[in-house]
Amino acid sequence: MGSGTGIGRVRGLGSAKSGTHHWINQRVTAVGNLLLVLWLIISILQLPALDYVAVTTWLAKSWVAVPMMLMIVSVFYHLRLGLQVVVEDYVHEDGTKFATFLLLNFYAIGGAALGIFAIAKIAFTGAAS
Amino acid sequence: MARPQTRPLSPHLTIWKWGPHMALSILHRATGVGLAVVGALGLVWWLTAAASGAEYYAFFLKQATSWYGYVVMIGITWAFFQHMFSGLRHFVLDIGAGYELKTNKSWSLVVPVLSIFTTAAIWLSIFSGKL
Repeated sequence: MGSGTGIGRVRGLGSAKSGTHHWINQRVTAVGNLLLVLWLIISILQLPALDYVAVTTWLAKSWVAVPMMLMIVSVFYHLRLGLQVVVEDYVHEDGTKFATFLLLNFYAIGGAALGIFAIAKIAFTGAAS
Repeated sequence: MARPQTRPLSPHLTIWKWGPHMALSILHRATGVGLAVVGALGLVWWLTAAASGAEYYAFFLKQATSWYGYVVMIGITWAFFQHMFSGLRHFVLDIGAGYELKTNKSWSLVVPVLSIFTTAAIWLSIFSGKL
């Protein structure tokens, strides 16, 4: 421990080590989800059809593919933060908690990567006929 | 570690009378977990199906438009709007407003009404357009 000021010594040393960053990002991604998921719902409802050609042609457009990728990032970031809080509340044993966080990170990053790759594939290879 | 029996525990869930704000709080968590698992996997499945070609997308569409597909999609729609309206309520609470007992109770009662109304409006319009 240094001989700094009182606030300098305790800053970031609460039981959770950090917290506001998690809390703020939960809100930032919540706003992202609010805008982007509503955009997705309204867009899907306005599509003339939901068959293969209609959906891939629509997804291949850059002004669809880009917000869709942003939505994947926002959704998976938000669910990772949210599920972390749920795990912290109900899983108390350190080893199990560590393993659950490991799985949660794999799920969030893997799921987001899969989603973004699918969008990119459709966008870059063009809508298949 | 075993807690000494003589030490009192803080009153917990079991002793409180259920109010709308408590129901809303646990619904926020339940719908959040539901969306995080079923909603997110459904979304990624839809996107990967579209990226996998016409044949697999047809298989996806067949599942999605089956009776269980509709049950899941209607459930996800309700969970999203419940979580969304409940989340908007949280934004209000975050700025320090809406904690007065009556105000808090009113908004807790309004949120599920809004989510059920929106879900019903969307799916009734989908089904009426189809028929």
